Amino acid sequence: MRYLPHTEEDVSSMLRAVGAEDMDDLFSMIPGSCKMDGSLNLPEALTEWELNTLMNNISKKMAVSPAYKIFMGAGSYNHYIPESVSYLLGRSEFSTAYTPYQPEISQGTLQAIYEYQTLVTRLLGMEVANASMYDGASALAEALLMATRVTKRKKVALSGLIHPYYRDVVRTYLEPGNYEIVELPRLENGKTDISGVAGMDDLAAVAIQSPNFFGCIEDLRTTGELAHELGALFVLSFTEPLAYGLFKNPGCQGADIVCGEGQSLGIPQSFGGPGLGMFACRMKHVRNMPGRLVGKTTDMDGRPGFVLTLATREQHIRREKAKSNICTNNSLCALASAMYMASVGGTGIRELASLNYDKTEYLKRGLREAGFVITFDSPTFNEFVVKFGEDFKDTYKKLIEQRIVAGVSLATWYPELSGHYLLCVTETMGRTDMDALIKEVRS
Amino acid sequence: MKEIEELFLPDNVRYAETHEWARADGDNMTIGINDYAQDQLGDIVFVELPEIGATFEKGEEFGTLESVKAVSEIYMPVSGEITAINEDLEEAPELVNGEPYNAGWIIEVKPNDPDEINTLMSSSEYLEMLKGGE
Amino acid sequence: MKELQGASGLIFNEPLLWEKGKKGRRGFSMPRRDVVPSPLDEGLAGDGPDFPDLSEVDIVRHYTRLSQWNFGVDAGMYPLGSCTMKYNPKINEREASLPGFAGAHPLLPQELSQGTLELMYRLEQYLAEITGMDAVTLQPAAGAHGELTGMLLIHAYHKSRDSHRSKIIVPDTAHGTNPASASLCGFNSVPVQSNEKGIISTEAVAAIMDEDTAGIMITNPNTLGLFEENIREIAEIVHSKGGLVYGDGANMNAVMGIVQMGKIGFDVMHLNLHKTFSTPHGGGGPGSGPVCVKAILEPFLPVPRIIKKGGEYLLSGDFPESIGKLQAFYGNFGVMIKACSYIMSMGSEGLKRASQLAVLNANYIKENLKDSLYLPYDKRCMHECVFSDRLQEAEKITTLDMAKRLMDYGFHPPTIYFPLVVHGAMMIEPTETESKEDIDRFIEALKAIVAEAGKDPVLLRRAPTRPKVRRLDETAAARKPRLAG
Repeated sequence: MRYLPHTEEDVSSMLRAVGAEDMDDLFSMIPGSCKMDGSLNLPEALTEWELNTLMNNISKKMAVSPAYKIFMGAGSYNHYIPESVSYLLGRSEFSTAYTPYQPEISQGTLQAIYEYQTLVTRLLGMEVANASMYDGASALAEALLMATRVTKRKKVALSGLIHPYYRDVVRTYLEPGNYEIVELPRLENGKTDISGVAGMDDLAAVAIQSPNFFGCIEDLRTTGELAHELGALFVLSFTEPLAYGLFKNPGCQGADIVCGEGQSLGIPQSFGGPGLGMFACRMKHVRNMPGRLVGKTTDMDGRPGFVLTLATREQHIRREKAKSNICTNNSLCALASAMYMASVGGTGIRELASLNYDKTEYLKRGLREAGFVITFDSPTFNEFVVKFGEDFKDTYKKLIEQRIVAGVSLATWYPELSGHYLLCVTETMGRTDMDALIKEVRS
Repeated sequence: MKEIEELFLPDNVRYAETHEWARADGDNMTIGINDYAQDQLGDIVFVELPEIGATFEKGEEFGTLESVKAVSEIYMPVSGEITAINEDLEEAPELVNGEPYNAGWIIEVKPNDPDEINTLMSSSEYLEMLKGGE
Repeated sequence: MKELQGASGLIFNEPLLWEKGKKGRRGFSMPRRDVVPSPLDEGLAGDGPDFPDLSEVDIVRHYTRLSQWNFGVDAGMYPLGSCTMKYNPKINEREASLPGFAGAHPLLPQELSQGTLELMYRLEQYLAEITGMDAVTLQPAAGAHGELTGMLLIHAYHKSRDSHRSKIIVPDTAHGTNPASASLCGFNSVPVQSNEKGIISTEAVAAIMDEDTAGIMITNPNTLGLFEENIREIAEIVHSKGGLVYGDGANMNAVMGIVQMGKIGFDVMHLNLHKTFSTPHGGGGPGSGPVCVKAILEPFLPVPRIIKKGGEYLLSGDFPESIGKLQAFYGNFGVMIKACSYIMSMGSEGLKRASQLAVLNANYIKENLKDSLYLPYDKRCMHECVFSDRLQEAEKITTLDMAKRLMDYGFHPPTIYFPLVVHGAMMIEPTETESKEDIDRFIEALKAIVAEAGKDPVLLRRAPTRPKVRRLDETAAARKPRLAG
């Protein structure tokens, strides 16, 4: 096997050195009753070339852009990734290193993560961001747990317009701890109805998503004010961070914790993972924050350098009293997003976000003109809900034959919105693609 | 780390087994950690303090001290109510290392029983305890 | 000693991203604007983030220079104990970046996503076979996430039987993630001490296992690199009181094809695809932490699950007793492809050989260094061995000093100060992909360092001198945190 460098001669001389007669003898400390009978029943080992053929064949069964025009978002977005990002990310000095426990020989990872933390704080308008977490959904669950630690309260209010899967993950995380979850209903305009929390003086957090699951921009400032009146933290979740290239950031509108999915920023969709859990908060709450943090310092000679810091919050020191059980971050994904944010740049991200916005508005207009109702009239980013009607299922299937995937049906999560579809448009979608969709659904 | 002989253990405070010290100041008592404890912990980077007005029993945890790679709990040497906390430690936790008995004090309490301080060890008794543990 | 591996070459100083660039530069090919601008409510528009503007060349130089300050497995031996820093095969990267995989939307209709589902189904089958367990979920994002999943499964199991148990037994040699994961599920960790042989005794578990204890979390082989020989008896005690056994599979690399985990009493265990199955650690993730269970826990596994029905693969959420979801979608699929590729490249014989060589390499290091460094448990080890700095105490040289000096010699240091039961621990895991020559060089380097400790201890206390920076002031970093620029 090409990954195993030992020759037979190496093996016998090493066995001699350790005083073992043979490989079986080497494992003599394992009781016979624990040993495997026979050998593993796995397919015969493949050569590199056979593996390529097999993987080519399996991967070709997938429908992907650009062969398919996929008007689908709902937490996973198709954006262009510069080749330079993919190329740099492949540098094995980054990919084959581990958590930077030894800072002297990990300055590359450490400076890159420090830069990532900084770019995230600037994007979200927050004071401090961690080195990243698993994904947007688990980051939201961690944010709510953090809010319960900060406020010493056990009840959280969750918008029903947070991604349904995110709410599922929150329920999983909060189930064993006797927490209470209140779900907030929606208004006719596609935003969250937060009025119900008034008077709840035992809330740890009010959490909403913006842009929300329907693509609508929520009223952040109002939500934050209400949360603060109640002594609760305002937690803001997101699935599409590119929106903050154009819209006001959550930090300047009163958010205490901002967390979400960073996949949009230079990370392939990869069937939903790995993603990037972005997580930021106010500096005063940093000691209750989960996850790794990189800080700036100096070395013995006074030169600047970076280290992992505030580690006493974490499991390897505080064990059962840790702020979270998370061990590492999604470092390489964080690196990808930092490379992406730097490549697009301050001027570029605004232009790119505007282009996404304008393209979505183009499709909205086209569908309206074709006689369809856009379900919610609130401003949106990248995604919106359209009523195609109950009998659209057959058309949806026919469109697939023409290699168009016309969004996601909302019936599964919102039965009252049966016949309504969530569509997504990004910069990767050309005008002709959108015209084709409009033409097909019209007919 | 210091050898036992190098420790500074003044006579004007009383010592708890868990390495805190207490000193009667009028009706109240000032509490900190001693030279041995600060030396064992190393550079202290953060002190988590209780709220003023909180009450604790003797032996109960009232705060934590953090070094770069360790967290250790601080326990009440006597029962009582917190009347003051050393707010300087927020900006300068290193005071606990540098001046553990003076500027590095941690809390002030109003003891439930002013005589409880006598249940704590004298400097020589404490030193004996440390030596016994060697 | 031959010439040192560690040398100094030309590396570059490089400022922070925002200290470079000029307004108006761009490192991104802006897509064509083929639609007209649409008005946006002014009350909603923000100023946009204060990112620097950089050209593509700026970006490439920046990250190339940063990368040169890093040490990775591709550069040299990385014997970080319990982290299994084995070689990461390059072909796996190619498979993961195939457009059909990398570009797949997670909510595609099932008929359009047969490829990804087939691959995940295959991987589940392989992992069940390798562990000897009955069912697998690939959803957890990392080892600690797998532990959390395992604890949630145990919690759900007891709840389904109307039993509310508050405690969980955790050995003193466990990773910190074990008690932290248990706490998230509301369990209080009850520590159990390892005995003089470095393993858990049956009696120690019998003394604390009771009907308020949900189970035990046990790492096997443990973090001292020793096989928990009493595991079957321990499992029997735990089972007899109605508890379950959680196996932390962080050290699975020692026993593939050798120990059948399903047979030694584990009810649930996690694997680390980024350790045992060769996927790159990425500077700290993404990993992947699949959880394998016995049939009694299968009803509680996270949803959705992958089902094969008449040659078609489906995602099903129809498991009413499920603990729910752990991630938005199905786990770190991009990592799964690499692990699956590895298993298919290695086959049954290759995996077993990998474990054999991993154990051989560790024992070879142990035998060759035990006269130079203190070996607290002098017995045959598994895939890693644990030394300490006890013999260097006279010179006041610590494990940290020796670890830092190893960098000058061109090696990544081992895991240090863990496990906590060994004072000044140095935990060495060479993995199977290091050749005898490289291991010999590593042994020589550590012997040379031990000799230096006696002759010239200052050399060690001032180490390292060759990397880009020297020892960093972690105290200042923690006292006055500077976390963003």
